[in-house]
Amino acid sequence: MSILVNGNTRLLVYGVETQEGAIYTERMLASGTAVVAAVAAGRGGGWIENVPVFETVQEAIRATDANTALICVQPQGAAEAILEAADAGIGLIVCATSRVPVHDMVQIRAYLQYRDVRLIGPGSPGLFTPEQCVVGAIAPHILRPGSVGILSRSGSLAYKVIWLLTEAGIGQSTVVGIGDGLIVGTGFAELLAMFEDDPATQQVVLLGEIGGQEEEQSAEVIRDRMSKPVVAYVVGHTAPPGRQMGHPGAIVEGYAGLAQVKVDALARAGARVARTLGEIPALLEMR
Amino acid sequence: MRLHEYQAKKILGRYGIPVPPGDVASSVDEVYRIADRIGQRVVLKAQVLTGGRGQAGGIRLADDADAARRLAGQMFGMQVAGYPVEKVLVDQAIDVEQETYLGIQLDRASAQPLLVASAEGGLEIAEVAHDTPERVSSVPIEPLLGLRSYQVRALADEIGLPRERHNDFVPVALGLYRAFNDMDATLVEANPLVIRCDGTFCCLNSRIVIDDHALYRHPDLIDLRDESQDTLPERVARRHGITYVRLGGHVGCLSNGAGLAMATIDLLRAHGVRPANFVDVGKGATLEKVARGIELARNNSTQVIVVHVFCSLTSCDTIARGILRGCESLTPGFALVVCLQGPRQEEGQAMLQQASQEDRYPPICLSSCLDELVDQVQALMRQAQAEGVGE
Repeated sequence: MSILVNGNTRLLVYGVETQEGAIYTERMLASGTAVVAAVAAGRGGGWIENVPVFETVQEAIRATDANTALICVQPQGAAEAILEAADAGIGLIVCATSRVPVHDMVQIRAYLQYRDVRLIGPGSPGLFTPEQCVVGAIAPHILRPGSVGILSRSGSLAYKVIWLLTEAGIGQSTVVGIGDGLIVGTGFAELLAMFEDDPATQQVVLLGEIGGQEEEQSAEVIRDRMSKPVVAYVVGHTAPPGRQMGHPGAIVEGYAGLAQVKVDALARAGARVARTLGEIPALLEMR
Repeated sequence: MRLHEYQAKKILGRYGIPVPPGDVASSVDEVYRIADRIGQRVVLKAQVLTGGRGQAGGIRLADDADAARRLAGQMFGMQVAGYPVEKVLVDQAIDVEQETYLGIQLDRASAQPLLVASAEGGLEIAEVAHDTPERVSSVPIEPLLGLRSYQVRALADEIGLPRERHNDFVPVALGLYRAFNDMDATLVEANPLVIRCDGTFCCLNSRIVIDDHALYRHPDLIDLRDESQDTLPERVARRHGITYVRLGGHVGCLSNGAGLAMATIDLLRAHGVRPANFVDVGKGATLEKVARGIELARNNSTQVIVVHVFCSLTSCDTIARGILRGCESLTPGFALVVCLQGPRQEEGQAMLQQASQEDRYPPICLSSCLDELVDQVQALMRQAQAEGVGE
């Protein structure tokens, strides 16, 4: 078991013609992920890397039974692609595209409430269940199957932590990059609850950062609902207020989003807080 | 992108929100002409993209055009928190019966805009909300329906606005919301929104922040960016799609991803090393971008630059080439500490190792783990200090 993606995932890539989309597709195929379809308006009927290309998501689903979509189009087209995939009946949408206008995300979140679909991202570095399914860009050799679930707002941090765990002999159940935006489709809190219910996951690493309320909301779930241990690490303690630290969503505004406030909330809720990256594997091994 | 007050004021005027008569000036003579045209008491306001200008002497009252000219002479060329004053807004001074706050914010957690109001006007609303939460009221706006009049009336009631003012309050709130939507804003504030002695509303100051990622659909707004308010490294960084934030310490920090970059500066800070800057070249960085990033990290007279990179899309030899390219254009007198992992890491590390032997490159220490990285940075800082004392 795992959460969200597994051996039954049949992936559709929207934006295969972009530079990132092409690299992702090549990597995902090499890692054995079932990439069954690509969607590129104006290029339907062709093939890319032995993957059939369709004009629309609906057409792709009919022909291939795709159940998951990876969006890696340009930011200007991301909202259209997400809405098209949702309307066509895709159950899980992973939007790797970053820098999607935040008003687009406001509308999408409002609309998706009325649809039976889960959105991860935008700006998601990917969604990985080792040896079963890789959605997004990761060198598959750094993953190792195991029982630690990982949640992250950052790609680079997630990759680094996966590597630190793999080096320490600690495998992962599923890794979810929730995205770097001001507003994302699915937050930490919901995913923590899914890890709690997943028999394959024994403990969770939560990689937070400044800005927003993700970590504070997670703390409530950790306190009220989680029996499995959570190791939390939050970056951005050194960030000056009011400055966007690389991610659209990584910004301290007034009193909102301070790293220390998040760390305190997580610690109070019972999470084991790592002060540095290097401490994370040791906090897991305590079990 | 934050707009200047004079830009925001013009925009709100177009949405039917009452603003004081006035105009923006770039010179003392212009200030005089505008004040003379207004023909009564004016307020001069330094246009800087930061707070706290009142205390810094950036807001002054002038009784007539001559006084305005005199005060403007002091204002142009001064700095507020490091931001240069290059423009001054000249507005007619407005009589005030009551100051309020009205704004549209984006609530990240609920993914909805909020209409926020307070009977406390003219203050930083985050401060008011923190110190006296009961004095700030808000109503969530369902994005698919938009803001409705009844919501505005309920909010007006909540902050104790006199009933006879509600009818005038509603179009102000609806106008703010239309501006918020039309411009892809993440914040639109009328603060203070005042009630004048004759009972009418007037917006005396406004802050508007536009979503940078939506600027492609607002060519008219792109032109409003005032680059004089950014430092040179910030401008260079923006042109190359790099994030650069000055931090004031001594060690330059470059990473390929915001999370890793923040983890690095936090790590150094936790070990008593003060980072000079935060340079994030992002995922999938090209050779050119890494080279520019190294140049940016060398800013602020750093003696040590830390490069902490974990690759997934880019291969490590590309990163290594970028690092070396960046070093070639810089004057010597600094050392690099590099932690480089990902595809082709052996090749990348070997290239750096070899370059380190050559005179045209700075000394390069390779770290295989974070403890080692911190040790190396601390050793280099001690060395630099000792050399500094020796001179």
